Order: sequence, then structure tokens, then C-alpha cells
Amino acid sequence: MQPAIATPKPTVQNAPTPAVSAAPRKKEQANLVPYLYAAPSLIVMAAIVLYPFLYNIVVSFSNMNLDHFREWNIKGLNNYINVITDAKFFWLLLKTILWTIINVFFHVVIGVFLAILLNKNIKGKNIFRVILILPWAVPQYITALNWRGLFNYEYGSVNLILSNIGIPPVQWLSSEWGTFSACLIANIWLGFPFMMVVALGGLQSIPDALYEAADIDGASWYDKLVNITIPLLKPVMIPAITLGTIWTFNNFNVVWLVSNGGEPSDQTHILVSWVYKVGLNYFRIGYAAAFSMIVFGILLAFGWNFIKKTKATQSIY
Amino acid sequence: MAQVVKNPRDVSTAGKVGIYIVLTLFSLFALFPIVQVFTISLRPSNQLFSTSLEIIPDGATVQNYVSIFTKHPFLKWIFNSLLVSLAVTLVSVGMASTAGYAFSRYKFIGRDSGMILLIATQMFPVTMLLLPLFIMLIKLGIYDSYSGLIVAYTATALPFCIWQMKGFYDTIPRSLEEAARIDGCTELQTFWKVIFPLAQPALVITALFSFMTAWSEYLVAAVLIQDPSLFTLPMGLKAFQSDLEVAWGLYSASAIVVSIPVVFLFVALSRYLVSGLTLGSVKE
Repeated sequence: MQPAIATPKPTVQNAPTPAVSAAPRKKEQANLVPYLYAAPSLIVMAAIVLYPFLYNIVVSFSNMNLDHFREWNIKGLNNYINVITDAKFFWLLLKTILWTIINVFFHVVIGVFLAILLNKNIKGKNIFRVILILPWAVPQYITALNWRGLFNYEYGSVNLILSNIGIPPVQWLSSEWGTFSACLIANIWLGFPFMMVVALGGLQSIPDALYEAADIDGASWYDKLVNITIPLLKPVMIPAITLGTIWTFNNFNVVWLVSNGGEPSDQTHILVSWVYKVGLNYFRIGYAAAFSMIVFGILLAFGWNFIKKTKATQSIY
Repeated sequence: MAQVVKNPRDVSTAGKVGIYIVLTLFSLFALFPIVQVFTISLRPSNQLFSTSLEIIPDGATVQNYVSIFTKHPFLKWIFNSLLVSLAVTLVSVGMASTAGYAFSRYKFIGRDSGMILLIATQMFPVTMLLLPLFIMLIKLGIYDSYSGLIVAYTATALPFCIWQMKGFYDTIPRSLEEAARIDGCTELQTFWKVIFPLAQPALVITALFSFMTAWSEYLVAAVLIQDPSLFTLPMGLKAFQSDLEVAWGLYSASAIVVSIPVVFLFVALSRYLVSGLTLGSVKE
């Protein structure tokens, strides 16, 4: 689900506050209408999200695997204990955190930087804007598969370009960190346009008068960046960064497709791609279900704190 | 310089040169993989493994484009993907347009927790739902069928669609509904005849978004579909790609054909897709 943005509402200045003014009139009779409207969605979400979620919880306490697919029984906390006593789990957690931080850092820095440039009065900026959005526009699986081809040792353009400028070719896809770097490069390529578009929107809402006043006071570009641009971009960027962090932490497509399912020999994984492999390729289903719960728990704790601190979603109420 | 108040968005000539250089470098970075795929798609089959970096290769040919349509089930994949994507679009627009209205206009039990649940779905790791879904569909016997895929995609697209619609309804003044009620419309008529037609711009965006979600999805399809005659485009392309030795050119040609329509849609829409984040401040 790539460009989905779980956002606060796109409100105009004088939008009516939802659900307040209508409430008194409709309170008199127990109103079934909203349930009627919401029912189809609620039913689908219950069937495809809530039920599997609960099922996943049950399975996570069981010994379900390929040998016990139909006759499985509840085994208590075994799977959870197995996950958190496995050194691999902590190694992958560390790697996933590293993956997330590096990606989000570059997405935001490149995105904001380009947005600042595109916000200047220069000719042809619309053409640049369109070109720079392209990485986000191409379907993600195609991007990932393309990059795998580009990192091919012998025929991939990345190495061809490197050798043209006198750098020896790199064995991208046959070592743990080589593949990890390849995934990183692919995902940085893929993710900066989103931050750029968000930042551009934010920049356009900063009044020019602030910069004019700063110019009169003789402020340097650095002063203006630190004292005007960054603080005023913050409210727009923080929800975007929260979402970006969650998406990157859970980014299965790029890691899986660039490394072709964790090659070489399952060394290139982040948490989500490893759970997928364990669950849907090795069919250690109970174990994978417990693993998923733990990953979800980590993200929920992060997301909850972040949302609370930044009030990123306050406007949904 | 400090005496005259200049437009803060103007830059000096030297600054402009710098900006153009940086923007050009990043544009090359953005275009490079895309151009590369285009180049490979034009290579004749005996030169797939060329170490040349030319954009238009020697002996460029559209052979790969012809052969995906004539010798491979590419049309079949397009048909499958269209079928699934259109079904998903219809279902999710229908559901989101009413659910968004409920969330926007009514206070009801479960409303707040409903909105939170929609956020929480964004935090699920892929396997969280895929694994149980996989087991359930096998047990229900609808494994390897489109119905499973359509329902799964709808559930993926719905949270965003509901948000989008709710946000739009929030901007429609309530006085319209009050006027309609005074004129004798029932609650349902008010929604169907007054508000729903007004929501068209949001419906279009929601529709395109759900279409693109389904059109570009690989993972769920890879788990739920095994039968090659049911393959959607992403699965077909992955099949080409895993056989790079013979099919690199075919893969590249298909990737170009599949991407062009969505890239156009996307570039046109990108502003609206983030409009929620910038709280309506995105303007021309």
C-alpha cells in the first residue's frame, strides 16, 4: 500500500467541526443511520482485518506448522519465548532500526532540500518537479525489480558507471552488506519524492513577509533556514515522518524483491521480510504469528508515543 | 542590498546556476533507473547482456514489445489486472463514500475507536494479516480465486479511502443538509441527492487511488494466487524477471507498458494525495 497517507483531514479554514453541530438534533432517537452507512466497510474490515488479527493471536500461541496444519493445539507462550530468546531476532531488530533511520534520514534531508530549491523563482521548475516525482510514481515492485537488475555484477549499469569513473566493480548482490546497501539505495531513491511533495506544500504556506523581514534585519540564509523554514515546516513534516517511519520499518517489497527473498542465504532481511519467509516459505506458522505480534507491538508502542507527543492525529476528532 | 526589499524567492544568477546544477543531478538520479529499463527494452535479444551505456542501443528494436503481446500471455495478465482493479475500485469507492459520511457527520458508538483502528492497520506487518488470510482462504476453499484477492485489496485500500472521503465531507457546509431537510428530504435522500453529487472530486481521487493500489500490488497476489492463468500483471512481470537470462528484455518492455498509465495518473494526482498532510495549504 504505497502512497496511502493516513492523514488528518484536509480541512479548509472554516470547515465545520465534525459531529458536533449535528449531534443534538439526532440524539433524540437512537440513530441507526450512521451504522447503516458504515456497515459495509465495517463488515469488510471485520472480516479481512479484525478476524485475521484475532486468528493470528490464537495461532501465535499454537504449534501450527506444516506437520501440524490441521491438528494443531495451543502450546502457550512457547513461540514468544522462542522468538525473544533467539539472537537472530535482536540482530534483525537492530538491522531494521538501522534500515529505518538511514532511509528516513535521507528521505527527509533530500526531500526538504529539493523542495527548498523548487520553491525559488526559477524557470522550468515544474519540469523538475515532475521528473523528481517519478520514483514515487512508478509501481514499487517494478522499481525494486529494476534496481535488482541495475546491481547485477557484470551487466548492471551501477557497476558499469563505477568502472567508467575508475572505481572497481562491487559485488552488490552476493554479500550481506552489499545487498543491504543495494536495498538502501533503491529505497532512498524510491522514498524522497514523497517527503519532497509534502515539504513543498508546507513551504508554500510560509508567508513571504517573514523572509522579507529577516532580510531587512540582515539575516543570513542559515539564520532563515534555522529560524523560519525548519520551525514552520515541522507541523507538516512530523506526521509525514511518522508515517514514513512506519512504512519503512514495514517495507517488505524493496528488501524482498531487491534481495530476491533474502539472498545470499537469508542474510539480507529486515524483521518483516524474515517473518514472511518463516511463515509463508518455511511454514513455521505459529512461530511467525508470534513474531508478527511482536513486530506489531514494537510499531504500536512507537506510533502511539509519537502520535501522542506530536498530536499528529488530533484533527481526526 | 538590504535597502530594497526583494522578493525572498528570487535568487542571484550564481544561485540560479547552482540550483540548476543540483536539480539536474538529482533529476539524473531519478531518471537513471527508468531510462535504463527503457534502454534494455529496446535491445535486440542477442545484445541483452551488453556492457554499453548508450540510451538508444545499437540496432534498437521494438521486438520485445511485439513479443510480449504476441508470444506471451501479457494481454491475459492485463485483463486479469483490469478485472481485479476495477472490482476493487467499485467496491471501495462505494464503501468509503458512505463510511466517510458516517465518520464525518455523526457521533456514534465506536466512531473514535473506528478511526483509531484505521490508523492501527497501517502498523501491521505484512504477515500479520496475510498469514491468517492464507490459512483461512485455504480452509474456505477460495484459495486461488479472484474473490479472495479483491476482498484483500479492498481492505488494504479502504482506510485511506475512508479518510479521504471523510476529510472531503468535512469541508461541505452543514447548512446544505439542513436546507435539504427543511425542504422535506429524508436523511438518506439528503445524502444521496445533495451531498453525494457534491463529493465527486473526492470520489475521483478515491477511485484512482484504489485502482492504483490493486494495479501495483505484488505480494498479496503472490500468496493468494498460484494458477498461472489467474496471474495479474505484477506476478507476470516477476515471472519474467526471475528468468533474467532469457527474459530481461521482455520484463523491461512490460515494465514500461505497465508503468506509463499509472505514472501519468500519479503525477497528476500527487498534489491531492498529500493534501491531507499539508492541511489544505497546497496551492498553486
